[in-house]
Amino acid sequence: MTVQLWTYIFVALSFGLYIGIAVWSRAASTNDFYVAGGGVHPLANGMATAADWMSAASFISMAGLISFLGRDGAFYLMGWTGGYVLLALLLAPYLRKFGKYTVPDFIGDRYYSRSARLVAIFCAISVSFVYVCGQMQGAGIVFSRFLEVDITTGVIIGMAIVFFYAVLGGMKGITYTQVAQYCVLIFAYMVPAIFISLMMTGNPIPQIGFGSELTAEYGGGYLLDRLDSLSQDLGFATYTEGQRATQDVFFITAALMFGTAGLPHVIIRFFTVPSVRDARKSAAYALIFIAILYTTAPAVAAFARTNLLNTVDNAVYEELPSWFSTWETTQLISFDDRNGDGRVQYSGDAETNELQVNRDIMVLANPEIAQLPNWVIALVAAGALAAALSTAAGLLLVISTAVSHDLLKRSLMPGISEKQELLFARLAIFVAILIAGYFGINPPGFVAEVVAFAFGLAAASFFPAIVLGIFYRRMNREGAIAGMLAGFLFTAGYIVAFKFVVPELSTPEHWWFGISPEGIGTLGTLINTVVALTVSRLYPAPPRDIQNMVEEIRLPGAVPAAVNHP
Amino acid sequence: MRDKHARAYWRANVRILAGLLSVWFFISYVCGILLADTLDAIRFGGFKLGFWIAQQGSIYVFVVLIIVYVVLMDRLDARYRSDSEQGVSREDQS
Repeated sequence: MTVQLWTYIFVALSFGLYIGIAVWSRAASTNDFYVAGGGVHPLANGMATAADWMSAASFISMAGLISFLGRDGAFYLMGWTGGYVLLALLLAPYLRKFGKYTVPDFIGDRYYSRSARLVAIFCAISVSFVYVCGQMQGAGIVFSRFLEVDITTGVIIGMAIVFFYAVLGGMKGITYTQVAQYCVLIFAYMVPAIFISLMMTGNPIPQIGFGSELTAEYGGGYLLDRLDSLSQDLGFATYTEGQRATQDVFFITAALMFGTAGLPHVIIRFFTVPSVRDARKSAAYALIFIAILYTTAPAVAAFARTNLLNTVDNAVYEELPSWFSTWETTQLISFDDRNGDGRVQYSGDAETNELQVNRDIMVLANPEIAQLPNWVIALVAAGALAAALSTAAGLLLVISTAVSHDLLKRSLMPGISEKQELLFARLAIFVAILIAGYFGINPPGFVAEVVAFAFGLAAASFFPAIVLGIFYRRMNREGAIAGMLAGFLFTAGYIVAFKFVVPELSTPEHWWFGISPEGIGTLGTLINTVVALTVSRLYPAPPRDIQNMVEEIRLPGAVPAAVNHP
Repeated sequence: MRDKHARAYWRANVRILAGLLSVWFFISYVCGILLADTLDAIRFGGFKLGFWIAQQGSIYVFVVLIIVYVVLMDRLDARYRSDSEQGVSREDQS
């Protein structure tokens, strides 16, 4: 059977499963719609969180980025898992104890202010939009390559599926669909990785395989040593050594960590479990499920890079395997025979290099480059779609609750009934999908790069406001609002300036303190914190009942209410 | 009585957080970034240590940190709950 036929089978089966689950778990109340009735088992919530969290960027782009960045790629690995530690320790249990639906709810109530709530709504919606566009774009790439439809049609199919189960099931539908999507995506990620690891090193565990010796067929010697020497021979940087400035790596890692902890669609996942204890547990499960993929990704990156260099360098163009031409037609690989010798010269030197490889295709093309069976190649497509759609659904839900619950019910139209609120929530998802689809078809950049900006913005706006709200009782509304605005505007301004206004100046000499736009969120977080602390000193402490609320959040949830309220 | 318990609980909680977050900072920022080049001098198998910590080891440590956190907090919750229940019953008797 051909790859395309297998792909149709896998995609149809997995989509059928998601739709079946959506019908089975329809949402009846706003409570179901926003937080799945608050009764999700921590294990299921852990899987759903992992799927929610691991986006098209993690699945499709990350290993590819690492394979081009070498050791520096670790900022994605450490940033996106280390942030989980912050989330689990500093935010999840307290926000669960607080017990409302959304992040703007927390900000609005904790800072007793409609303006704070509005600022939080604005940040939540902008962060989620930036992120969701990346997902739609990822889904589009998969559709266009594997189902051979054009990207526009691909994005529209993806939009229709997400729309169906997000609108029908709300958080409940999304949660149980995400459990299924986690299983699909982790299976799809691990199978080719294990295959390739076995082929290249004889070790079935990729995490160990990429530190092992190559089999005789691949020429023996340690894989990473081979990769280093291949890279050096072709004029690329040594794979296992850092290239970027240390402070830049430091700041990017921190921005991704603070951003992870501040992403509204991940935070709300902890509102769906029954108790504080379950919130902690489900954070642990989630990180275990995430770590399976995240420790495999660097192995995949090293395998893919070695294979790519081995296969294409100095190969005769006419004799290249068929995957090369299929990816050429999507324009994600391009070859320009500059010296006219009919061979591919792949080099780190821009003068003599003849091959351009889009970083986003490394995971998708990897099974083909390694000549794995057709069904494995097709499986990867289904997995990538699962990753893109699960994250898109979670983000769309944040956008919709931000509009229907935070903006309409809590701020503008407090009189609406639950039924009307539910209707507005569904309408908001519809509009959000249309906008996300538009940006998916007309994308602003690389998937993972776009996503990295969402993290910077989340880090600079939410993270300090929430952490200070829990750990610093005296933080008042003036401080929090000033901090969020300062952090968000500074970070957004820096990114827009270097990426869109004067992109030609976006080089280390012009960056402030050598920090790239990807890492500037960390500075934004610091600015937010300093501004918040300074401004809060100039205004009176928050009212007594707010301080009591903070005390309350800090206590474990299992304590009977009578003990907390004498 | 109750307030005292609440404060003791919060202090114990913050101590746990401070301990775990220091490990978190040390493994990722110190070992994985600042000292990565130095640690690369040590090799095991095909891995250089700094490279391995940055791309693998730190993630395993993160998982362990969260599991330790769950266990410690469960214990702390249990202790606090039994303490405060005793406190309440003692108050009732008096």
